[in-house]
Amino acid sequence: MARVVVMGGGVSGHTAATFMKKWLGKEHDVVVVTPNSQWNWIPSNIWVGVGQMQKKDVVFPLAPIYKKAGIDYRQAKAVSIHPEGKETDPTPYITIEYTSEDKKGQTEEISYDYLVNATGPKLNFDATPGLGDGNGQIGNHTVSVCTADHAVHANLELKKIFEKAKKGERQKILVGTGHGMCTCQGAAFEYIFNIEHEANKAGVRDMLDIKWISNESFLGDFGMGGMHMKVGGYVVSSKLFAESLHAERNVPWIIGAHVNKVEEGKVHYELLDGTTGTEEFDFAMLIPPFGGVGLKAYDKNGEDITEKIFAPNGFMKVDADYTAKPYEEWKASDWPRTYQNPDYKNMFAAGIAFAPPHLISKPATSPNGTPINPTPPRTGMPAGIIGKAVAHSICSMIKDGENAHIHEASMAEMGAACVASAGKGLFDGQAAAMTVYPVVPDYDKYPATGRDPEYTYGEIGLAGHWIKHILHHMFIYKAKLKPGWTLIPE
Amino acid sequence: MNDPLLNFRKNPQFTNTMIPDRFVRFMRKCVIWQFIRFTVINIKMLIVVSKSH
Repeated sequence: MARVVVMGGGVSGHTAATFMKKWLGKEHDVVVVTPNSQWNWIPSNIWVGVGQMQKKDVVFPLAPIYKKAGIDYRQAKAVSIHPEGKETDPTPYITIEYTSEDKKGQTEEISYDYLVNATGPKLNFDATPGLGDGNGQIGNHTVSVCTADHAVHANLELKKIFEKAKKGERQKILVGTGHGMCTCQGAAFEYIFNIEHEANKAGVRDMLDIKWISNESFLGDFGMGGMHMKVGGYVVSSKLFAESLHAERNVPWIIGAHVNKVEEGKVHYELLDGTTGTEEFDFAMLIPPFGGVGLKAYDKNGEDITEKIFAPNGFMKVDADYTAKPYEEWKASDWPRTYQNPDYKNMFAAGIAFAPPHLISKPATSPNGTPINPTPPRTGMPAGIIGKAVAHSICSMIKDGENAHIHEASMAEMGAACVASAGKGLFDGQAAAMTVYPVVPDYDKYPATGRDPEYTYGEIGLAGHWIKHILHHMFIYKAKLKPGWTLIPE
Repeated sequence: MNDPLLNFRKNPQFTNTMIPDRFVRFMRKCVIWQFIRFTVINIKMLIVVSKSH
């Protein structure tokens, strides 16, 4: 009997754990270690943040789902990895610290035969003074939609802004990224246009000044270096479409911005040209930068091998080419294919937890030496596909041993479908429905734009909203392991 | 109703981009047309999904 331990129960970890349990059956153990008691469909948090959904619509308890599936669920956070075991016992193990009410603070060692690191990101609010509270949590000056609870709070604060606007007080809203190295611009993009949509419905749009601030060097970069789409007989940049949406909705922008300090009602920022500025706000939603969750690693002698296992940003090293090289020499082949750790072959990293070899967007630095560029997105569809590929590989290793086929899912060979909401409503909602293929541009294969123009596509409309709403229900249905869940693609 | 075309004048950032006219905005919300687009987008997405697995 083999034991597979999955650290993290988000999109990637949940996908990996549930498929492995289905394929391995009762003969082998699958353990999920996650500090959360609930699963969250994060893409719908933006709708909680504008009051169009409630928290209960985007979360569900994990315990009954894992009980039904036969998965050993530990509500705990992983603390350290010991891939060589101990001097006296070579069985690898991890240490965990329980977060559940009944066992809070208790620690335990869990041995494993195979380990999946799908811990996702640490929301690094404290990277920007004033954005965090100094203890790793969000501060008092801004709101966030990164978690369901954050989104509930964001909606309460937004409602206060709308009330003031209704009373005739002009209000300033600022939405975007809270640091020069943020990713996940898409969530902020969705949130700002949902606020704009709700403000129109509430009749207060004329009393709101809504502004975008982000670390992208151009609107529509989204951490992927933007994309080129075939529209109306032309191949055009996503920059045009993003700017168009901002102009149509009267949402001006500050781009190439590294927010370096947040105060009550004010952000300070540095731009790519080295100049600095401040922007005042009555309400701000700023996405924090992501980092690894801070796992430590030790060898059998207890020596710290964290730097061997993890990149400096805290994400786990896998089979990528991490050789430092200039942007002009970046290749699609730099990106990992199997997500297997090069030193410990029974260890994988999936979803946001793996260390990307470099950015996707062109790197940029201000004359003052401040890096200001989006980091690569690894969420949603790619995270699910990677989780499933890792599950396949581990099942093959358990069943076929040395001759196992290690499955591949390079982000430079997979596409992604993405739907970015611009307002919720059955007949007045809108969303930008996009596909990119591949996620990481391959300029050897597609010399012009790095991506296949036949499969890289986008359009805005009500249909996109319908799709986003259907995906919300479909993926929660799948995550709950309801009948036919395996038929729903990642 | 606000006409987004007037936004060209509101901010210099908006003058160099494209803003949809009334017909495009109508079609974005036209249920019959959007049902057709719904079908087309789903097919496109399914192709990308199938190429990615």
